[in-house]
Amino acid sequence: MCQVGEDYGEPAPREPPPAPRPSREHKCVKCKEAQPVVVIRAGDAFCRDCFKAFYIHKFRAMLGKNRLIFPGEKVLLAWSGGPSSSSMVRQVLEGLSQDSAKRLRFVPGVIFIDEGAACGRSPEERAKTLAEVKPILQAIGFPWHVVALEEVFSLPPSVLRCSSQEPAAPDGAYKAAVDNFLQQQHVLGAGGGPGLAHGEEPLPQPRAQSAWDLQSLVRPPAAAQTEALSHLFCSVRTLTAKEELLQTLRVHLILHVARAHGYSKVMTGDSCTRLAIKLMTNLALGRGAFLAWDTGFSDERHGDVVVVRPMREHTLKEVAFYNRLFSVPSVFTPAVDTKAPEKASIHRLMEAFILRLQIQFPSTVSTVYRTSEKLAKAPRDGPAAGTCGPRCLLCMCTLDVDTADSATAFGVQTASHLSQIQSPTPLTETGTPQGLCCSPGGASRREDPQACIAEQLCYGCRVNMKDLPSLEPLPPYILAEAQLRTQRAWVLAELRDCLIEDSEDEVGQS
Amino acid sequence: MAAPLSVEVEFGGGAELLFDGVKKHQVTLPGQEEPWDIRNLLVWIKKNLLKERPELFIQGDSVRPGILVLINDADWELLGELDYQLQDQDSVLFISTLHGG
Repeated sequence: MCQVGEDYGEPAPREPPPAPRPSREHKCVKCKEAQPVVVIRAGDAFCRDCFKAFYIHKFRAMLGKNRLIFPGEKVLLAWSGGPSSSSMVRQVLEGLSQDSAKRLRFVPGVIFIDEGAACGRSPEERAKTLAEVKPILQAIGFPWHVVALEEVFSLPPSVLRCSSQEPAAPDGAYKAAVDNFLQQQHVLGAGGGPGLAHGEEPLPQPRAQSAWDLQSLVRPPAAAQTEALSHLFCSVRTLTAKEELLQTLRVHLILHVARAHGYSKVMTGDSCTRLAIKLMTNLALGRGAFLAWDTGFSDERHGDVVVVRPMREHTLKEVAFYNRLFSVPSVFTPAVDTKAPEKASIHRLMEAFILRLQIQFPSTVSTVYRTSEKLAKAPRDGPAAGTCGPRCLLCMCTLDVDTADSATAFGVQTASHLSQIQSPTPLTETGTPQGLCCSPGGASRREDPQACIAEQLCYGCRVNMKDLPSLEPLPPYILAEAQLRTQRAWVLAELRDCLIEDSEDEVGQS
Repeated sequence: MAAPLSVEVEFGGGAELLFDGVKKHQVTLPGQEEPWDIRNLLVWIKKNLLKERPELFIQGDSVRPGILVLINDADWELLGELDYQLQDQDSVLFISTLHGG
């Protein structure tokens, strides 16, 4: 007892003893031998080799745990040139070159989107970036797609349609697919294929090489489209909306390329840090209903093409160190918010907020990130609604807005919108869905595309689109699809009206 | 009195944009009373190298959150952060992990 008391009294000075800070005197926490070079996870110091093993393992474990990517499946790696996606491409490269048991078995391709026009860069600057991108893609050796963001002006409206395909496959299917694949490999292996990573895909490989000439394949975007794109982005009133619009268009373009070339998965390089920031940003943007899709490991909203985020357990610090220590090449391209002050957009503000908090409380990012992991994807009408309910025109999530509920923020918004469009001409009453069904022709509808598009957006996208003074400069595929949906809704409503009348007649007669 | 030091200061991840786009700077720190540590170095960088918007690089007496510091390719957290005393021929690397650099 005495001893306990003494023990208690002695080492408890007024201030708690400072947590043992990792320093150069300590050894790596893993191997206990080598000198540490990087501190991760709130105070664990790793040496170079242990850090590499830890980093690679995390990537493999993320893919292994989720069992989403089937052997032989075509996977499109969305490479922005930035650190995380560059690191992701390196991980895939390493995974493909490993010995048979641990080898990644999917067939990768890389897409790079040149967003220069949205960021107001000159053709010379963009050409310079492409010249940096070229040798890196060449060294990677995967089939690649370099696409200018201007291509969104030639997208078909079908990009915005969700192909309802059963995306989820049960565990058994995965195992069967692996076995099947291994058997095939066995047969192939008997034939003696030397290059493991490349020998497997005889089709895309020569195509990529012969088409390597930047001049021939990466045709410079038409000047008119560049003009249109920069006009669109210049017209957006806030940096927040600009960033969101860019993300939206980028996803549509990637989706289109993926579908056109038969990729059924898209991998993005979102890191844990980025996802934590995105989670908070999206909450602030009114996208709370879609957090699980926007930040989860897999995003099945598009049906046939599933977006996966294998880097979601790597922090940006880990990524930066890995890229530095193991010389992963990346290309720095200015973004829309480069050099912008901290309060320029919600994205920036949230980034500064999280990172500052992270300095004081080193588990901030991981705590926020863990929250994102726990979010379930069931839409509010139950899991069955995961099929095809009405989708947001832009982000393609199941619509979260309730037209009947005028007490919500959304209701207020619609009301204000209606009052705005009602005042100038009486014709534009047709802005409401009800108005539309009763309107005699399509003329008035075409006059107010703004309202007809707003109806087809989720709450977050509606708020965002308010910062576009006119929807006219949006790429044609969006406008066309919006009109198509309005017409479809109109026809459906007409039909429904007829049906109701019929049944009433029957009731009256009987 | 500390002797003048020759150190390599490097910027990456977009941080170089605030330094005229120049990534590597071989600099000579003049001799001064106190020894050169990272804290002093930041003040010196702000005065001599930084071309614009200092608030995007330095906040308070440290770097802005989101900018990593590597001293001779090792995490500065292992070396005492701001209190690390620079040696001749050290290399100090600042990597921005912020969106857009």
